[in-house]
Amino acid sequence: MYDYLISPFIEFEFMRRALVGAFALALGGAPVGVFLMLRRMSLTGDAMAHAILPGAAVGFLFAGLNLFAMTAGGIVAGVTVAVGAGLIARSTGMKEDASLAAFYLVSLALGVLIVSLRGSNIDLLHVLFGTVLALDDATLLLLAAIATISLLALALIWRPLVLECVDPNFLRSVSRSGAPTHLVFLALMVLNLVGGFHALGTLLAVGIMMLPAAAARFWVKELTAMIVLAIVLAILSGYLGLLLSYHSGAAAGPAIILVAGILYAGSVLFGPVGGLKRHFIPVRHLEA
Amino acid sequence: MIARSVLAALFALMLGVSPVSAQEKVPVVATFSILADFVKNVGGDRVAVSTLVQPNGDAHVYQPSPADAKTVADAKIVFMNGLGLEGWLDRLIRASGTKGAVVIGTKGIKPQEMKDEDGGHGKEHAREHKLDPHAWQSIANVKIYTANIRDALIAADPGGRKIYEENAADYLKRLTALEKEVKEAVAKIAPAKRRVITTHDAFGYFAKAYGIEFIAPQGVSTETEASAKDVAKIIRQIKAQKIPAVFMENISDPRLMQQIAKETGAKVGGTVYSDSLSDEKGPASTYIDMMRHNIRQFSAALTS
Repeated sequence: MYDYLISPFIEFEFMRRALVGAFALALGGAPVGVFLMLRRMSLTGDAMAHAILPGAAVGFLFAGLNLFAMTAGGIVAGVTVAVGAGLIARSTGMKEDASLAAFYLVSLALGVLIVSLRGSNIDLLHVLFGTVLALDDATLLLLAAIATISLLALALIWRPLVLECVDPNFLRSVSRSGAPTHLVFLALMVLNLVGGFHALGTLLAVGIMMLPAAAARFWVKELTAMIVLAIVLAILSGYLGLLLSYHSGAAAGPAIILVAGILYAGSVLFGPVGGLKRHFIPVRHLEA
Repeated sequence: MIARSVLAALFALMLGVSPVSAQEKVPVVATFSILADFVKNVGGDRVAVSTLVQPNGDAHVYQPSPADAKTVADAKIVFMNGLGLEGWLDRLIRASGTKGAVVIGTKGIKPQEMKDEDGGHGKEHAREHKLDPHAWQSIANVKIYTANIRDALIAADPGGRKIYEENAADYLKRLTALEKEVKEAVAKIAPAKRRVITTHDAFGYFAKAYGIEFIAPQGVSTETEASAKDVAKIIRQIKAQKIPAVFMENISDPRLMQQIAKETGAKVGGTVYSDSLSDEKGPASTYIDMMRHNIRQFSAALTS
């Protein structure tokens, strides 16, 4: 048991680093994921993850696999797309989802094009899939910083953010904090995606955000409990995914997301809040 | 008046002395940079070589562009490596409708099998790439490439026979000198220290020809992402066998190598080139420079 579950992390530093990275991602990403889900923006996260690519690619083009350049580029591109899509949705007749789709498709194509300009297609794979097994000190610090910022910022905007999820019209009638709250929240999403992209790559970064959040939804109704559970599930996915990769030889990033997927499937089946089991095996009514 | 007669004289000179260069050069295509370098050395000024996979790119997973199809369509000869390196080439040749001859550089070379240490994730790849395509890592094989290229060029352009034969003979002489140099460098490394970890097992032929053992953290092909199991195995191995040096390849993820080196205390060697040349300014812009650069890197890390 010990050999299976713990000794890989005792023996190998890279496993410990990967685990710490996964924890940091879980702490920052899962709460953001819960809010994204409650605001029906689950797919926005996915679109944004793709939107980050050209920024990271430009950073890569100028500085190679340089942490700072790729992070800065990713943040700039993510914020540009988020704000641009929002502006177009607000100033034209187009709905936000359609304008976001337009933006992210363009930037995904642009990103692939920019990476391929450098002439090496292997690099593109690293950008798309990340390297959770090769987190150096700088990357870990970045991930930890992002998790800290996310938790602090969420604590600060908690009340207006919750209100916006529940009843945006009411919030508008009592306070003007709606728009800034929304912007801060979008920025948090971009930050977490950029962090996740270093470890898991642009394609999978959004998985560690959304899957635990969606799974937690099937177990509890109360928001705080849901966030805590999402974090726990995300941490569990990171831990079990790394073990899976260690013992079976599966690629690490996809293994983590797959474990999260399995947890999600289990929650869909057995979760007490709207899970399938409840649906098909109705609880007996109380009889007098 | 004077200018015009000079021009006319020049023109006559071009027509008279070297009719070929006044015509167009023979257009040929080579699939990747190392092969293109061989063709340039044998063809000299008589051929115009286009390369599909540019320096620093990876020929295993290349995606041809429409411009490539046009280049192939116009070529008189398409030089390919063979042994399963260019899985994408067949379709490109068919799609381009080229009438040029397709010449396999490794024809006549005795292929080595890819070494497949574990039965795990290497398996599905072993079926696709049974043979190790990186034959150019042995200089003796490059002599066969050179002969193949010479014969193909003569067949396509009989008028240049003498030039091709001279160029090839000259290149073979330089290859022999290079081979001697590499063998001498290896001889200076203590036999127990002739072990290296590198990201990509492209050095199978090099290992066999010159007696340095290469262990790779990734599977047989750059297509697979390394798993935690692979990395753990390699770290254990470095520690257990006291492997002195870790080498990065120019096209694999350097971060993973640094992590392994840091965890094991092995020395990180400089960049070595295996599948592609560097660009013009780099240290390995020709095949001979590449081999010289690599052996220098190996001996620097292993003799200290």
